[in-house]
Amino acid sequence: MPKDTGIGASPKRREDVRFLTGKGRYTDDINVAGQAHVAFLRSDVAHGTINGIDTSAAEAMEGVVRVFTAKDFEGVGGIPCGWQITDRQGNPMQEPKHPVLAEGKVRHVGDPIAAVVAESAAIARDACEAIEVDISDLPAVIDMKKALADGAPKVHDDLTSNLCYDWGFVEENREAVDKAIAEAAHVTTLELVNNRLVANPMEPRVAVGDYAAHDDSSTLYTTSQNPHVIRLLMGAFVLGIPEHKLRVVAPDVGGGFGTKIFHYAEEAFCTFAAKACERPVKWTASRSEAFMSDAHGRDHVTKIELALDADNNFTAIRTETHANMGAYLSTFAPSVPTWLHGTLMAGNYKTPLIYVNVKAVFTNTVPVDAYRGAGRPEATFQLERVIDKAARELGVDPVDLRRQNFVTEFPYATPVAVEYDTGDYGATMDRLLEMIDRDGFEARRKESESRGKLRGLGLNCYIEACGIAPSSLVGQLGARAGLYESATVRVNATGGLVVMTGSHSHGQGHETSFAQVVADMIGIDENQVEIVHGDTANTPMGMGTYGSRSLAVGGSAMVRATEKIIAKAKKIAAHIMEAAEGDIELKDGQFTVAGTDKSMAWGDVTLAAYVPHNYPLEEIEPGLEETAFYDPNNFTYPAGAYACEVEVDPETGRVEVLSFAAADDFGNVVNPMIVEGQVHGGLAQGIGQALFENCAYDEEGQLLSASYMDYSMPRSSDLPMFQVDHSCQTPCTHNPLGVKGCGEAGAIGSPPAIVNGVIDALASAGHDVGHIDMPLTPAKVWAAMQG
Amino acid sequence: MYDFELVKPSTLQEAVAALKDDEAQALGGGQTLLPTMKARLAMAGKMVALSGVAEIKGICTDDAGRICIGGATTHATVAREATGFPALASLAARIGDPAVRNRGTIGGSLANNDPSACYPAGALAANAVIVTPDREIAADDYFQGMFETALDEGEIITEVKFPVPEAAAYEKFIQPASRFPLVAVFVAKFSDGVRVAVTGASSDGVFRWAEAEAALSSDFSAEAVSGLSAPDAGGMISDLHGDGAYRAHLVKVMTARAVKAAH
Ligand SMILES: Cc1cc2nc3c(=O)[nH]c(=O)nc-3n(C[C@H](O)[C@H](O)[C@H](O)COP(=O)(O)OP(=O)(O)OC[C@H]3O[C@@H](n4cnc5c(N)ncnc54)[C@H](O)[C@@H]3O)c2cc1C
Repeated sequence: MPKDTGIGASPKRREDVRFLTGKGRYTDDINVAGQAHVAFLRSDVAHGTINGIDTSAAEAMEGVVRVFTAKDFEGVGGIPCGWQITDRQGNPMQEPKHPVLAEGKVRHVGDPIAAVVAESAAIARDACEAIEVDISDLPAVIDMKKALADGAPKVHDDLTSNLCYDWGFVEENREAVDKAIAEAAHVTTLELVNNRLVANPMEPRVAVGDYAAHDDSSTLYTTSQNPHVIRLLMGAFVLGIPEHKLRVVAPDVGGGFGTKIFHYAEEAFCTFAAKACERPVKWTASRSEAFMSDAHGRDHVTKIELALDADNNFTAIRTETHANMGAYLSTFAPSVPTWLHGTLMAGNYKTPLIYVNVKAVFTNTVPVDAYRGAGRPEATFQLERVIDKAARELGVDPVDLRRQNFVTEFPYATPVAVEYDTGDYGATMDRLLEMIDRDGFEARRKESESRGKLRGLGLNCYIEACGIAPSSLVGQLGARAGLYESATVRVNATGGLVVMTGSHSHGQGHETSFAQVVADMIGIDENQVEIVHGDTANTPMGMGTYGSRSLAVGGSAMVRATEKIIAKAKKIAAHIMEAAEGDIELKDGQFTVAGTDKSMAWGDVTLAAYVPHNYPLEEIEPGLEETAFYDPNNFTYPAGAYACEVEVDPETGRVEVLSFAAADDFGNVVNPMIVEGQVHGGLAQGIGQALFENCAYDEEGQLLSASYMDYSMPRSSDLPMFQVDHSCQTPCTHNPLGVKGCGEAGAIGSPPAIVNGVIDALASAGHDVGHIDMPLTPAKVWAAMQG
Repeated sequence: MYDFELVKPSTLQEAVAALKDDEAQALGGGQTLLPTMKARLAMAGKMVALSGVAEIKGICTDDAGRICIGGATTHATVAREATGFPALASLAARIGDPAVRNRGTIGGSLANNDPSACYPAGALAANAVIVTPDREIAADDYFQGMFETALDEGEIITEVKFPVPEAAAYEKFIQPASRFPLVAVFVAKFSDGVRVAVTGASSDGVFRWAEAEAALSSDFSAEAVSGLSAPDAGGMISDLHGDGAYRAHLVKVMTARAVKAAH
């Protein structure tokens, strides 16, 4: 029986009422009295020396408040990077300065050169056009391998080269891996590109800076997935504002997909300019600006080799990746191709030896950072593609080959430093096969052929590391932050609760699912629980929402705080009912004394906490408010098996996705409807990457896909009805809810299924193409068929 | 967007007069012009909106049996009401999305002559006549290369007259991002021969594929197209979404499909 309340039920998302009726309060809805508007003058060349900037004409325009250039930011810090990687030789990565406004050089199309504060957004834009910038073009480096060549132009003149780091993992395994590959019965090799993407959340970025002279405090309203992180990074590293004088508010956020994790120059600019101009200032990105200033995702060029013994057991994996960092290091950029990628290279398989080499490269392009999945899709894609290729080369069934190599005993320590606590990869594969009627595929293929179409079946597994992450571990790996989460539970006298969480929803439905958890623990109605997030002024320190961590880490903090509340409430109930504390039970919002018919309602106890007339004041304080911080002791490891059927039009190369099935193991599930929605969204994004999305630069560094005329987003009409299933549940063993996280799975697991399916379709007509790089546009698929 | 003045004439005469101004530019549905202006890639001192000019809106049939469409008629109206020429109605029904179709106009599309627009293929294949306040221009003389037409400065399209073919079809293969044609082909069979117009493919804009016309005029079948080699890839558009060879190949595929669909 599906439950209709609490954990495991699917109440409708309470936040959707305001979102769907136009009552959401997004950053752009915030207008502070007296505010001025900001426009940025951005570089239209990829690389150049700034010889001079003449702002006099702009300054003279009516309605212009002030024009800023780099010289106004002397003494102000650069935009910091939150993760330091140590290279194969034990040296720290090369870390260039990232100024708020370009200093001396521009390094990518879109790099902000100057900013105008004016009475209106239109005047600010007009004034930007009146600024004269004298730039001498420099040759741009766009292609990563060319960027590493001797004598290549340098993106940062003060660095020794365009190499950010050369990382090896696990370095001690390198020789053993080389040897295993040299001695293998079979080695399958695959070279591929993991295409660069633009996140394209529906809501573009916005920043509103406000300065209060009366108490010398600053407020930033911003489109962020993690307001506390922005407060810390911007306050401590850029502007030198102590955290108690800085408030960061991220109200409703219209999608982020990673790109709203990072601290951006525009945020620091608006906070700084509000004080400098003594006016609130507001900037709202246009979609065109979003394309050239939001951090991009993926952009890996990889070669992977999979070694197998004579019985088709995987014996070793060696993979070499060039990862594009873009022109500057975005907040978490260095961690994505390393720790979020290398540690997942074992996948669902017990390969004993793995070596991952990653060269991170600076180029004259927009910075690249985490995008839904972040590193894990890149690991999954290459692994699941090379396994499929191996199965084809060896003439074995791709399901059998995977099964034979599955990890089956848990906990399992991989050769790439992580320990899977629990899982059952055979079960999700079994479930998947039940969903897709694999036996009927040949008949469906024949039917497609009768219509002149080529049908393919693609499948794959995935595993990801979520619930990011144990602070002590990530500290050793170079993170300049802890990755705990926090919650304060405030119970009001009349029994309602306000839960203030450090996590922040940008579409995930936290207000609904978090309330379900707390209400379930106490046994009260979900409407008694209000979830508050997004404002550093009224929430405890949190690290934000990404890496499918909010329920696993933030939810765990909330459980811990609620446990403290319940423990204290029991003490109060025991005192009032004159019973031993150990005899008090809480069920369905009633406190009872075991073995008696005595009971007290939740609301009577909460009232007593605030009207402590009959109260154990010697023992406990009045009031009912508790805070807990939760630091996980491992990642969580959601996993699953995905499959799709595709049809290729051999005359045009066009691919149609006919069906898509996802069997996921997310551990325990709080709100199945929300989980399914997360999977649907992830699948749409993964299919988007596989078939449509491509962020392309030309050799001069001009962004070719700078608008929706050329950047292809997946649309509902491009997608089949999804079959999703999360009935295989191996609960996480180390967090109190037993949850693993579901936000990224769809985007991680779906690209290889699509590509495997298309390769299978082409093979059915004798086109043994080996591989096609994403996105599988009609032109590319057709060209591959021409040989 | 830069500042501009907006005039909204209600008669053709007023519109023509307003457009005499050097600074003036006609505004049809704004579905091409407004995005360009918003991106500050175009500016006009004075915009002359044609949407209030009733006499250049709507669809009728003339004495010669031609479907006559007012220059300011929206794609949605054509899709709904050009029932006498189903292939043309179908072309209009597949332009953009409902918002675009409810505002964008045939006159705006033909005046703009985007190398990837749909209407130019329909007009050229059907041998339409483009009517302006002072003259009539045959489609064969009207299209003069990408974004180039026979229109003079300030001259507006008041009507387009389409002879109705015996059989016709429009096959559109979309560019995945913009959903404009990557390549689209309009095939129209008249009693005196077949006309094949191709859009999206050539950097010279819409063109007639002479070899296919010759082959189809003697044998109106998809097989007649399979016997041809694809048109020369040389002058074809090559971009992110497909190179010249791919577009040339698609011209042939879409032509054969259009012929099949026309039966
Ligand atoms: C999202 C989107 C998708 C689209 N998809 C397609 C598609 O699939 N296929 C396709 O063909 N088009 C597509 N379009 C373009 C659309 O069809 C436009 O409506 C058309 O190109 C221009 O018509 P308009 O009336 O909007 O002209 P406007 O934008 O108003 O004007 C365009 C130009 O024509 C001039 N002009 C306007 N009316 C006249 C007239 N009567 N006489 C002379 N000059 C005139 C203007 O001065 C301007 O130079 C799309 C547009 C959008 C925004």
